[in-house]
Amino acid sequence: MKRRDVLRCLGGVAVALPLLELGVGHVRAAEGEGRVIELEARRFRYTPNEIHARAGETLTLAIRAVDFVHGFSMPELGLRSDLPPGRVTRIRVADLPVGRWTFLCDNFCGEGHEEMNGMLIVEA
Amino acid sequence: MNSIDRRRFLELCGLGGGAVFASALTGCSSLGTAKSADASDFYFVQLSDVHWGFRGPENPDPIGTLPKAIAAVNALPRQPDFIVFTGDLTHTTDDPEERRRRMAEFKGVAAGLKVPTVHFMPGEHDASLDRGAAFQEYFGATHYTFDHKGIHFIVLDNVSDPGARVGTEQLEWLKADLERQDKDAPIVLFTHRPLFDLVPKWDWATRDGAQVIATLMPYRNLTVFYGHIHQEHHHLTGHIAHHSAKSLMFPLPAPGSQEKRTPLPWNPAVPYQGLGFREVDAEPRTAHLAIQEFPVVAT
Repeated sequence: MKRRDVLRCLGGVAVALPLLELGVGHVRAAEGEGRVIELEARRFRYTPNEIHARAGETLTLAIRAVDFVHGFSMPELGLRSDLPPGRVTRIRVADLPVGRWTFLCDNFCGEGHEEMNGMLIVEA
Repeated sequence: MNSIDRRRFLELCGLGGGAVFASALTGCSSLGTAKSADASDFYFVQLSDVHWGFRGPENPDPIGTLPKAIAAVNALPRQPDFIVFTGDLTHTTDDPEERRRRMAEFKGVAAGLKVPTVHFMPGEHDASLDRGAAFQEYFGATHYTFDHKGIHFIVLDNVSDPGARVGTEQLEWLKADLERQDKDAPIVLFTHRPLFDLVPKWDWATRDGAQVIATLMPYRNLTVFYGHIHQEHHHLTGHIAHHSAKSLMFPLPAPGSQEKRTPLPWNPAVPYQGLGFREVDAEPRTAHLAIQEFPVVAT
C-alpha cells in the first residue's frame, strides 16, 4: 500500500503510518514519532498490554511479532496493521484523545486468540 | 446502519401486538414473489456456535447440550425441511489431529437429527487456523448455494481467511451468483460473522463486510442469518435485516456492554440460560419469513 493510500484509509482523530523496520535490537525514535513504545506480539499476548499516555500526545508503537502474522487493530481510533514476524511494525498515533482504547489481534492466531488484546489509556 | 432491539423491530414491522415470537425479516418489506412451481410454505431450523470440545465453567454440560438441542428439534411436532449450522461447530484447537477428532465427534452427534438435509458452514474456530482444510474434509465446501421452494440460499465464508475477509475471489463468485437472480427474488444469506461492524473491538465484524453489503444492496428481498455473537440480535443495514442466533455452548454479553467479550457465567438456578435455537418459517407465496426462538430445555 502506498503512503497516500494509507493516509486516505485512515483519517479522523488519529493518523497511523505503519512502517516496517527490518532487523532486531533497540527501536530508535525517528523525527516526529513522539514517544516510542516497544511492544512484542506473541501467541497470545501483547507485552506490554497496557499503555498509558496523555491527551494530545503523539506515540509511535513499535511492534515486533515473533511467531505469527498477528494483527494490531485499534478500531475506535481507526488503526490497524498486519504484523509480519521478524520485523518491527511502527504505528504512529497523533493527538491522542482521552479514553480507554482497546487494541486486539484481529488475525485468528490460535487457541488463545480471543484473549490477545490490550488497552491504551489516555488521560487528560 | 442502525441497531434495533427486538421490540423496536417488531414495531417497525407492525407485528408487535401479540406476535411475541414472530418478526418480518426483510425490514418491513416483503420477500417478493417466489417463482418456483413448488413455492409451498416451509420452515428451517438454525443451530449455531456449538463449540464442540469446549471445556470450562461457563457450561458444566458441554457434551450434553447439543444432544439436548437435537432432542428438542427432533421433538418438534412437524419436522423442518432442513437444518443449517451457522459455524463454530467445534471449539478451536492448535492441534490438527484434535481438530479433526472434534469434527468427527460433532458430525456423529449431529447425525442424530431426524431431518435428513443438514447444511454446514464453518466458523473461525473451525477454519481460521488451516484455511478450512479440516472442515472441507468432513463437511465439504465452505461456500455454496442451494435453492428450496422458491427461495435462493447463499452460504458465505468469512472465516477461512484468518483476517476475517470474504476475499476478492469469493466476492466475485457472490456477484456472479447474484447476477443470475431477479432483484426482487427472495434470497437468504447464511454466514458466520456479522457482515457489518457490530463491535469491531470485540472482533465482531468482517473486514471486507462493507463490500459484501454493497453487493447485496440491489436485492430488495434479501435477509442475513449469522452466528458468532452467541445471542439473538437484529440489525438493519438499509433494507437488509441481519439476525444472529444463540449459541449451544455459552452466551456472550450484549454488544459493547462491557470492556471485554468474556462469556457469561453459567446460572445454576436457570441451567442453559441464554442458549437455544430458532426456527424460521417461510411463506414464499405470501412473501413472509418469521422467527421463533426455542430454548435448549423447555422451562
